[in-house]
Amino acid sequence: MFDMNWVMRNADDILGLLRDHLTLSFIPILLGLMLAIPIGVACVRWAWIYPIALAMSTAFFAIPSIALFVFMLPYTGLSQLTAIIPLTLYTVSLLVRNVVDGIRSTDDSVRQAAAAMGYGGIHRLVSVELPIAAPVILGGLRIATVANIGMVAVVSVMGLSSLGDLFVDGTQRFFLTPILVGIVLTTALAVVADLVLVAVQRRLTPWSQAGRNR
Amino acid sequence: MNITSGLKLGSALAIASLTLSACASSDPLNTPAGNASGETIVVGSANFPENVILGEVYAQALEQAGFKIERKLNIGAREVLFDQIKNCTLNVVPEYNQALLAFVSPETKAKGTTEVDEALAKVLPEDLKVLKSSAAQDNNAVVVTADTAAKNNIKTLDDLAGKAPEWTFGGPTEWESRPDGYLGLQNNYGLNFKEYKVLDYSGPITISALDKGDIQAGLLFSTTPQIKSSGYVVLEDPKDSLGVNNITPLLCAKAVPDKARSILDSISSSLSTEELTAMNASYVLDKEDAADVAATWLKDQDIK
Amino acid sequence: MNPFELVSGWFQDPANWSGATGIPSRIAEHLQYSLLAMLIAALIAIPFGLVLGHLNRGEIVVLTIANSIRALPTLGLLTLLVILAGIGLLPPLIALIVLAIPPMLVNTFEGIRNVDRFTVDAARGIGLRGPSILWSVEAPVALPLILLGARLAAIQVISAATIAAYVGLGGLGRYIFDGLGRRDFSQVIGGSVLVALLAIATELFFVTLGAAVVSKGVTRRSKKIFTATGLGIIPGVRRKATT
Repeated sequence: MFDMNWVMRNADDILGLLRDHLTLSFIPILLGLMLAIPIGVACVRWAWIYPIALAMSTAFFAIPSIALFVFMLPYTGLSQLTAIIPLTLYTVSLLVRNVVDGIRSTDDSVRQAAAAMGYGGIHRLVSVELPIAAPVILGGLRIATVANIGMVAVVSVMGLSSLGDLFVDGTQRFFLTPILVGIVLTTALAVVADLVLVAVQRRLTPWSQAGRNR
Repeated sequence: MNITSGLKLGSALAIASLTLSACASSDPLNTPAGNASGETIVVGSANFPENVILGEVYAQALEQAGFKIERKLNIGAREVLFDQIKNCTLNVVPEYNQALLAFVSPETKAKGTTEVDEALAKVLPEDLKVLKSSAAQDNNAVVVTADTAAKNNIKTLDDLAGKAPEWTFGGPTEWESRPDGYLGLQNNYGLNFKEYKVLDYSGPITISALDKGDIQAGLLFSTTPQIKSSGYVVLEDPKDSLGVNNITPLLCAKAVPDKARSILDSISSSLSTEELTAMNASYVLDKEDAADVAATWLKDQDIK
Repeated sequence: MNPFELVSGWFQDPANWSGATGIPSRIAEHLQYSLLAMLIAALIAIPFGLVLGHLNRGEIVVLTIANSIRALPTLGLLTLLVILAGIGLLPPLIALIVLAIPPMLVNTFEGIRNVDRFTVDAARGIGLRGPSILWSVEAPVALPLILLGARLAAIQVISAATIAAYVGLGGLGRYIFDGLGRRDFSQVIGGSVLVALLAIATELFFVTLGAAVVSKGVTRRSKKIFTATGLGIIPGVRRKATT
């Protein structure tokens, strides 16, 4: 049922698809994170924004990805932007809650101590509140990354290059091999990305490993 | 690790992925607007098997003649395909004359290869051009399973009239309202099915639905290899409701020099419907690679 | 015509509100697929989460399985199932179930596990044992998180149920794929708006359900103990119970 020959013959093409899939997965994650942090900070600073932002993110995240890609088509054509913009917005929708909750999870006493030590607004944000928020933000980032890697495959339905091409080809020809290769590669990509982020999280927040007794 | 090294790590990751994207095959911000100097010709195709094969055939033949070719096969939506050739991001696309005409000019009444080609030449935008159609056709075909045909003695579209109200028809989404499509069946043969089920474009969904009996009649493209392999019966169309659909190269005129055009013409005149169906069978049923299927066919031709 | 006019025109057209392809039928189909998937996923995920959380066993296994399942591409799964099982309700249903299991499994598991040890001890102290601790104490206390897991799963399923249309079924995804095929953007946008509205309605449903079902005592305490982020319990993020 599995044609190893096909895999060997098409290895180059498959690697090309993998590379495109990587690009389409990681750029939105990074951009999403960079956008989510300021938005989250704004929601903490001006608390009335938060419910609105929350409602908008839920509604937005519910919009099926294929619809957004189709919507972008007339504006961005067949370029990678058609995928990157919606995926970035999805990531932002996922992460805003985490940024806000993460920043808010700083104990008041810690905040006051920081103020007492002379840490003003931004300085306190960067040196105290964000590091404390880091585990929660990174946790959300892990989920957003895995979700993104899965969603990217959908762009192949429209003709952009990704590992999803393997699913489309396999379906059209009733051919199991490309589909299996696509599933294995996509899953492996997601698992590896998740592990990398776990490692990053451990490095960035050594204090969260202290007292690991349960 | 403190927040400073965290930031460093973050920026390193950012730079790494942006570099990665710069090395990626498609530039996210800039799609080249085609090639007026005629250096690289971009061959595109839609994302169904036959069109991918045709794209490969064009690409390889042009490569053998010395042109530099970039392939963008497997483009999903017809919208996108047409827009991309209109703005010359794609330079050559294997098209189907009647389907293309119906897409560009839905109210058209043209019938038959000559009329359709003439109408096309008139309605296409300035920069686009179609070459002479091939005799090879991939037409719309209304099929029933061998069983259904035998049990109900159905050979032509007329024969469907009696059973239609009890049966379900399966076809692609926009075919339902086309005058050369389902609308034509209703007008010309009085066929009014119980339901028109929207499935796919002669793909696995329509074929599965036929096999499982979810639909009793369906729209398949005439070169679909499963027609022969599963023994589906293509119903005759005495009133010519379904029309023609010749393989016709569509060009962004300024990007395709004369020498390339004559190669494409040569392909068109060498291609036959049987050969096209055979290539589909190799690709879809035998799981050969599109490039190999195209190369095998080209080897036997004399394309200049 | 700008998108707003297109969509409002589509919503105002009475033809779109009746018949098998009308908005009410499509919504009904969509809800059917979603509810069925959610029910089956809940029947699988929640019991496992409850029992394993109560026994405090298998953290690594549970989290690894949940993360691996999350990593499976939905489109790939769908196409694989279509090849193996043919066209029908089963492939999209299974794909949706697979999508819904991780949030419910992880949130139930961690929710039960993170119930304050003092509370559990108190329950033991008044004579409760094993399963009754789970039913009478741990589950009610963990209820906010269990509901959160269900809520997250539901939103994902409602959005992803559009794929049923990719394999010839109905639901709101029909508007998106048909609209794409017919160059009818009003359908695409209209369908997406309906999906988003359905998701918001689901959110409201769960918020109301939570208010009605979660005991007030838990609500007051949960703000300190559980970080109820939008994504529920984050696998691997340790949180110490505060008293």
